[in-house]
Amino acid sequence: MSSFRMTESALDPRQAAVDVTLPAGQGWTHPLGRGDVFRIVDLEGNQAVDTLFFNGRDVDERYSATETIRAQGNIYLTAGTRLMSSEGRPLLTITADTCGRHDTLGGACSAESNQVRYALDKKYMHNCRDSFLLALARHGHGMGKRDLPNNINFFMNVPVTPAGELTFADGVSAPGRYVEMRAEMEVLVLISNCPQLNNPCNAYNPTPVRLLIWSKG
Amino acid sequence: MTTNLNETLRGGQAWSRRLSRHQRLRLQDVQGRACVSALFYNARDPLERYNMPDTLKAQFTAFLTAGRVLYSDMGRILCSIVADDCGWHDTISGVGDGAAARARFGEGGYQALRNDFHRNGRENLLVELGKHGLGKRDVVSNVNFFVRVGVDETGAMAWTPGNSRPGASVELRFEMDTLVVLTNTPHPLDPSPQYQPPPVELSIEDGPPAPVDDRCRLSRPENGRGFALTEAFNEEMMGLR
Repeated sequence: MSSFRMTESALDPRQAAVDVTLPAGQGWTHPLGRGDVFRIVDLEGNQAVDTLFFNGRDVDERYSATETIRAQGNIYLTAGTRLMSSEGRPLLTITADTCGRHDTLGGACSAESNQVRYALDKKYMHNCRDSFLLALARHGHGMGKRDLPNNINFFMNVPVTPAGELTFADGVSAPGRYVEMRAEMEVLVLISNCPQLNNPCNAYNPTPVRLLIWSKG
Repeated sequence: MTTNLNETLRGGQAWSRRLSRHQRLRLQDVQGRACVSALFYNARDPLERYNMPDTLKAQFTAFLTAGRVLYSDMGRILCSIVADDCGWHDTISGVGDGAAARARFGEGGYQALRNDFHRNGRENLLVELGKHGLGKRDVVSNVNFFVRVGVDETGAMAWTPGNSRPGASVELRFEMDTLVVLTNTPHPLDPSPQYQPPPVELSIEDGPPAPVDDRCRLSRPENGRGFALTEAFNEEMMGLR
């Protein structure tokens, strides 16, 4: 997809304060300080990284897909996008992006939506909402299902046509592509590295991602 | 069918009510250019709520119209759209807040305007949700009835004029007991510089359940499975009564 704009980062992974690999099917929470830079690397390509952000000091303020796309007048996320909160404030700004397009309309998979979308007997399959719920249960502080508004799918391509069709296109990512963002306030990150096995967007092969944080210090 | 309610939702007004399964709610845009923003919850357990992405993904669409259904986050159908004069109802562009209303329409406070003050979607939803013990954590991506926001090849969003003409209506059939929360407040992308949300007529009627050959049930195999899950849930709830 050569029409997508690529914006690289000058940051050196050897200087990162956090550098972890999150396997497919795992959830993750982590705090960010204001000014910290957070990078997600699609190690093997076409992985979907379901992500939510909360104000670290008041988690009632959280990522809003509708505020984010309306603020920029465009449904796709890329470098320059301000990830807006439910209170209309920027939580983070995307500062680098070598993929070029990320989705925020497709939401997260769940046991129940898999039944609707694929077959009633798919309920047992692992899914993003289960990873979100377990990560929030471990995080504690009373967070749970009420704290799951619709999320970002980093590296996922969900085009909308002018006629209003929602399509699931081939991935636009590739091994080593990354997206990087700067926290504009204290932020809590919640990730599910998607385990979906019914959707061709990841070639039926969910893969690990690398998560890096550079501290503002 | 028995009519249970006829009510005018004035411009700027918020509203909520529990509807029983199989009841129908009709919204009519009397003057045209209305925007009624809506959220939906399981009436007994509001932890289950309207889910915009699941609604869109299951039906491969970015908007709502007759023949489509509104999914909860538990794979169930809250309501079906059984009739629609507009052809497009938005669910991707959210509601406006106080800051946006002040930037567009001026101060507009209660102190100067009394009950003509400029109420906004965000605050109206919080007030109405508060009556049910709900709040900020329960606000999710909503439906904007009578509004069309299109998306071009580059992803750019545009509010489309003329989507809802005077007298246009949309009718919902509830498939499970549902708490409906509405706010009749200007859409944040409507360029009108005046604060003048038009009145919307609401009517509720009892009606039959979706027949086996129902248009919404048959419009996609996904919806057939959604109806099956919803009907199984309704049986479960009957057992608890």
